Amino acid sequence: MTSLSTPRRLAASRDETQAGALLWLLLALLVVAVLLPLAAILGQAMLAGDGSFAGLAPLRDTLAQPGLARAAGGSLQVALATTALVLPLAYGYAAALTRVALPGRALFRLLALLPLLAPSLLPGISLVYLFGHQGLLKSWFADGSIYGFAGIVLGEAFYTFPHALMILLTALAVGDARLYEAARTLGAGPLRRFATITLPATRYGLVSAAMVVFTLVVTDFGVAKVIGGQYPVLAVEAYKQVIGQQNFPRGAVIGLLLLLPALLSFAVDRWLQRRQGTQVSARAQPLQPLRQPLVRLLALLYCSAVGGALLVLLGTAIAAAFIQQWPYQLSLTLQHFDFDLVDGGGWLAFANSLKLALYTALAGTVLVFLGAWGSSKLRTAGTAGQLLHALAMLPMAVPGLVLGLGYIFFFNHAANPLHGLYGTLAILVLCSVAHFYTTAHMTARTALAQLDGDFEPVAASLKVPLWRTLWRVTLPTCLPAVLDIARYFFVSAMTTVSAVIFLYTPDTVLAAVAVLNMDDAGDTAAAAAMATLIVASSGAACLLFALLSHCLLARSQRWRQPL
Amino acid sequence: MHTLRTLLAAVLATTSLAALADTTLTVYTALEADQLKAYQQKFEQEYPDVKLRWVRDSTGIITAKLLAEKANPQADVVMGVAASSLLVLEKEGMLQPYAPKNLARLSKAYVDDSNPPAWVGMDVWGAAICFNTVEAAKQGLKKPESWKDLLKPEYKGKIVMPNPASSGTGYFDVTAWLTLFGEKEGWSYMDKLHQNMAQYTHSGSKPCKQAAAGEFPIGISFEYRAAKLKDGGAPIDLVFPKEGLGWDVEATAILKGTRNLAAARSLADWSASQSANELYEKNFAIVAMPGIAKANPHIPADYEKRLVKQDLRWSAANRDRILAEWTRRYDNKSEPK
Repeated sequence: MTSLSTPRRLAASRDETQAGALLWLLLALLVVAVLLPLAAILGQAMLAGDGSFAGLAPLRDTLAQPGLARAAGGSLQVALATTALVLPLAYGYAAALTRVALPGRALFRLLALLPLLAPSLLPGISLVYLFGHQGLLKSWFADGSIYGFAGIVLGEAFYTFPHALMILLTALAVGDARLYEAARTLGAGPLRRFATITLPATRYGLVSAAMVVFTLVVTDFGVAKVIGGQYPVLAVEAYKQVIGQQNFPRGAVIGLLLLLPALLSFAVDRWLQRRQGTQVSARAQPLQPLRQPLVRLLALLYCSAVGGALLVLLGTAIAAAFIQQWPYQLSLTLQHFDFDLVDGGGWLAFANSLKLALYTALAGTVLVFLGAWGSSKLRTAGTAGQLLHALAMLPMAVPGLVLGLGYIFFFNHAANPLHGLYGTLAILVLCSVAHFYTTAHMTARTALAQLDGDFEPVAASLKVPLWRTLWRVTLPTCLPAVLDIARYFFVSAMTTVSAVIFLYTPDTVLAAVAVLNMDDAGDTAAAAAMATLIVASSGAACLLFALLSHCLLARSQRWRQPL
Repeated sequence: MHTLRTLLAAVLATTSLAALADTTLTVYTALEADQLKAYQQKFEQEYPDVKLRWVRDSTGIITAKLLAEKANPQADVVMGVAASSLLVLEKEGMLQPYAPKNLARLSKAYVDDSNPPAWVGMDVWGAAICFNTVEAAKQGLKKPESWKDLLKPEYKGKIVMPNPASSGTGYFDVTAWLTLFGEKEGWSYMDKLHQNMAQYTHSGSKPCKQAAAGEFPIGISFEYRAAKLKDGGAPIDLVFPKEGLGWDVEATAILKGTRNLAAARSLADWSASQSANELYEKNFAIVAMPGIAKANPHIPADYEKRLVKQDLRWSAANRDRILAEWTRRYDNKSEPK
């Protein structure tokens, strides 16, 4: 006798077969967009200068370069210093936002996320105007010492702060009030309560944030390129080898080195997630935010100082874009927005970036959502679903610089049938979608996981086609997440430099790349102007998405409201 | 059916016409961004059926890119790239020799000496130091008059120059010092100069722009950028060091294997024409066609005589060696103190 509770294996319906085929197609796309370029870079790292196979010799040669050891040491130092600086700052900020009844909490949260709107080159430009030889606050860093270690660390701190903050906010958001209650009864002071309850409960978040900051710093080259002076770091070294000397094998080897911290951080993160388990039991009492006036005042002061510093760094570059000729002619002007006479591609670059961001948001959102839906909701997902999910996690561990290099080696190979893509806007879209795939995929999976797994079987039993269920039920309920994904893709594509720096052509120049090239040619004010345009458009996009989700949510998300 | 066929024929006809009418040349260049537009406008006005698509970067990058693409060249023409770089390409057999229409009217000194020439000069650009007078007054710095002056301890951390690996301007500074002071003394001069150097920049004009903005009071750059910034109101003086000035020729050449040879020749013709030289003249004190250049208030009348006696073939032949040595000694300079 067969048990009634075991579902009978039904033959896949036609739409399920279609969906299964679609899943394989998406998988193939990810293989082409992520896996093969990475394989290509591995292969390239084993070629000699003339293109013949040389095994591990190029790796040995590159590692033996004295410049490389210095650059690796430099990268390590700035990454450690930035992590040591950002972690406590962001922890305090996150604690103030989550654990204190902070006045203007939403505003402070927004303020701290502002750096996400800017390319990593922007803090470098601002630091020159603030602490350079003609800087407003030049006495803070005497004799140009901002160029180099100090400048890189400050710039990277700006760039990585929101990333660390978001992780720590999640870590600090939950807690059990009973623990604090018990500690207080037992006579533990605030410091002791912090050391024995708060810190241990958030240790995974701290490690995770540290890894993210460390990896971002090691793999970013925007800040170091602008403010690094002659201070050697790996990411700039890879850029110099590839762009400056067209030494692709050596660039590939350095790219592989850049992959190491990212892979390590990825592995640690996975390990942590498995260990973390449940921290908050069902009987936990929600935390009450601290209301003592002194604590609130201190938190307010602290957040104003940190948030203010971020705002100053962002605002300086924007202000500089409108000043005639710092520091000699301080009248206001729009002439730096006339990009005709400087490098970088000017307004064409800005238009291209808008296009890239739009297409990336569109294509990325559709692909990611279909992939996440197929791999988690489809009865017939099987191997394709598992493989897709595994592959979707990979881009997180691949720095943009490495991905971009992989794209050169893979797509610019004469034998590749996709060779025609090389040099088009399409390859930039593909690369951007791949680069930012993981975060978007995880967002989609989380949203989909909130939906009951019974929707699809029930719909199927009522003979409702799979696609209609997706369109009428799944998609509308996940709309907030879908909009989040689109916004994330848009802003990331607008601000990224690292992956696209190797792939653009004169017809597909991009705004963030233009910022870099203008700064390289010494047109700092024009670079500031272009960076301002980037910030303005990513900011406008965020507002637009917020408005859109507000309107759509009013219509499609009423089910979330309590009756 | 009939209409469809006519339509198809019409489409074919117009597209093939368009293909004839609009050849797009990919031109690799190290010309300054603010020069490109005028050159392009004039050329496209005189040759309306050829369009230009620039790929612009500093000399070293353009050279490296061309060499890397040797097997499968992407450029049709190089224009405004240092002759010392083009000589490297010539040695690699990458250039298509061509005698442009106006060749006889150009000064032989600035044209490749093989026949027909592999590259044809446009103008000469040479070293100049931008010296910020406002910052100098504030910091009590004396105006340097010679290359040797730059070694004085008072200039420590005050000087910027272009990285010779990426910048053609930086490269002729280095070859000029090696020519002026001799190989051994030249390197020891640079060792000492390195002690005073705040930064090595990617591009040849950035040092002067930084001097103009007062970021670093002394920028080793070239005369066009210096004169342009001074005209724009920057508080700088131009210094032409008395030992002699490094220089190079900006030149045009056709890449072997170009699929647009006829259009490429049009650009080469134009680049050697009088109307082109009249445009170069607006930017440079010495142009390939004698009798065109006019005096520039910021540049001394005997400018040509101040140039170092220097063999571009030597600069080209030793390019790899000199850049490797320079990079070994000075690149990745530890943080400036």
